Amino acid sequence: MSMMTDAYTRKLDLAEGRVDLSHGAGGRAMRQLIEGIFHEAFDNEWLRAGNDQSAFAVSGGRMVMSTDGYVVSPLFFPGGNIGSLAVHGTINDIAMAAARPLYLSASFIIEEGFPLADLKRIADSMGVASREAAVPIITGDTKVVERGKADGVFISTAGVGRVLDGLDLRADAARPRDAVILSGSIGDHGVAVMSNRENLQFDAAIVSDSAPLHTLVAMMAEAGGRHIRLMRDPTRGGLAATLNEVASQSKVGFHIDEEAIPIKPEVAAVCELLGLDPLNVANEGKLVAVAAPEGAEAILAAMRAHPLGREAALIGHVVADDYCFVQMATSFGGRRVVDWLTGEQLPRIC
Amino acid sequence: MKYIDEYRDGRLAKLIGDRIAALADAARSYCLMEFCGGHTHAISRYGLEDLLPANVRMIHGPGCPVCVLPIGRIDAAIALATRPEITLCTYGDLMRVPGTNRSSLLEAKAAGADVRVVYSTLHALRIAEAEPEREVVFFAIGFETTTPPTALALKTAIAKGLGNFSVFCNHVVTPAAMHHVLESPPVRKLGTIKIHGFIGPAHVSAVIGTKPYELFAEKFCKPVVVAGFEPLDVIQAILMLVQQINDGRHVVENQYIRAVTRHGNEKAQAEVANFFELRESFEWRGLGELPLSGLRLRPQYAAYDAEKRFSMVTPRAKDNPACDCGAILRGAKQPAECKLFGTVCTPDTPMGSCMVSSEGACAAHWTYGRFREKARQANAMKVVT
Repeated sequence: MSMMTDAYTRKLDLAEGRVDLSHGAGGRAMRQLIEGIFHEAFDNEWLRAGNDQSAFAVSGGRMVMSTDGYVVSPLFFPGGNIGSLAVHGTINDIAMAAARPLYLSASFIIEEGFPLADLKRIADSMGVASREAAVPIITGDTKVVERGKADGVFISTAGVGRVLDGLDLRADAARPRDAVILSGSIGDHGVAVMSNRENLQFDAAIVSDSAPLHTLVAMMAEAGGRHIRLMRDPTRGGLAATLNEVASQSKVGFHIDEEAIPIKPEVAAVCELLGLDPLNVANEGKLVAVAAPEGAEAILAAMRAHPLGREAALIGHVVADDYCFVQMATSFGGRRVVDWLTGEQLPRIC
Repeated sequence: MKYIDEYRDGRLAKLIGDRIAALADAARSYCLMEFCGGHTHAISRYGLEDLLPANVRMIHGPGCPVCVLPIGRIDAAIALATRPEITLCTYGDLMRVPGTNRSSLLEAKAAGADVRVVYSTLHALRIAEAEPEREVVFFAIGFETTTPPTALALKTAIAKGLGNFSVFCNHVVTPAAMHHVLESPPVRKLGTIKIHGFIGPAHVSAVIGTKPYELFAEKFCKPVVVAGFEPLDVIQAILMLVQQINDGRHVVENQYIRAVTRHGNEKAQAEVANFFELRESFEWRGLGELPLSGLRLRPQYAAYDAEKRFSMVTPRAKDNPACDCGAILRGAKQPAECKLFGTVCTPDTPMGSCMVSSEGACAAHWTYGRFREKARQANAMKVVT
């Protein structure tokens, strides 16, 4: 990629400069911003071609497509930032269809005055995330809005992927006796973002779990793909929302076991302090799989062999229930409903 | 989690549950009211009722400050927040509480009012300090537990000379409400209230001590056991109450000795007494006007009293007439017996006080316990068919 070197253009001041309205106006400044920051960070053959869109070959089979907007506050948090989150989040949405993510798009809405250094940091971590996941960002868009009309930067990513051969996961596929498998500890992302907000001062070293799950999914599919009924990544609303969603879509209930659900002590402690239920707190690198009972062991073993599934656990099973209740045996020895979250527990967590 | 897990030990809980079952006289029932929303929440969240014999029944009391805040006070806060010069600071759980016409602070904020969620009174003070051009009002609610932090905020504001900070005071006191549950005109209308003993407040008692309940226990011949908010605390308190009832005793006992003493936190009491005085009467949502049950700022602090500073008026607002919160808060009815419960009244669309906050009797039952209702109905159906 060639950086423009027109004598007329201001140099992109990546140390002290800020985004101004000209960076979104379609002129030289915009091109400079796109090339100097985004192309530099995402560099690949499609962007180098310099088209308004990118073409790629498809190889038959079933395709999936997904899109997601990211407005997390603060933009930088332990374990990631809005950029890496925007890459991982969309990869995971694709992966939950048992699909291999292929390409991403990224669209930025930037507030006037936003530091170029921060924008570069965000774009660079998107580049790293996309290269590590081997899912290139092949097209994008940039808009700048007046100061006060956005909060720093908002990012939308979309992705396409190809469903792994022979698999067809559906939200209504859970059946009584199916196993419920969780890939690891809950609540890390929500608590990491929360503890970094200016009005809460925690010293807890809690890191977001933001991570791409598609390679974990590939291993699960290989070990027992035909037994997997459905998968979800429990993001906003946490595990509780995910299970309730599946319960109502599949018209079944769940019985889960509190003691089987992995949770880090420091996450539990922050939730305790803030009066949050970890079951409602967002995750960005975890998945829940519902699988036929005969395939559960093999899937679980495959997950534990993957770095992102080391703590994978069987947390309960599907039951027949016309009321679609998610019930939990508490570690205290009683039972309770695990309900949807009411209202807004943690605004702008992703 | 150290110092937390120990109080959630399921094996110990089962031992205590078995002990209660062995001691409880099968020929009688034990109706016990936990006054505090914190206890209600613990009972529901840990499924504690599953560990109790059928003749030991928990009644969820009025001790949730968000629930009992009358609609008129919410309306007044919304009206205040709508004024352009005002920044209203509130604890998060008040945001969704519906006022008249189902408006809420959340809606007011969406419409442009400057409403901010804070996690402490000191956070509100920081806002006042950082934005001297704003009139920062702290929406103060809660029982004796949250009153000392409000007093501390006032003390700090005065020391720092913060002229733009004031308090909309809705603090209430516990003993008056406990008294009211057993003796008041509406209670007499409801007939005899069948409550055999009380689980006394945890954090409230850390401030006021156990002494204020002594008169209550003696006057009404009802045992009171002050208990912590962890589930083992609650189940141990239930055991202590069953023992007192069996022995025919009615004294105040303290299960929560790791935090509560007979005289409480006298320093905090002194700070509260310095800034606040009792109102002649204060309205409790679901219970009505209760004499000597609410606090206001003393006249010498009028400049920090948002009600005076902004000439606030508290409109009278009525609850839905079909709502049974009054009877539920007094233990005369159970949540599922209310016509509105789970039909038009749910945590997403609360109609009455008990559904408003997660600590309310109806919300806790809906969120954590409603499968029991369905199981009971299913069993009843089986018997019929």
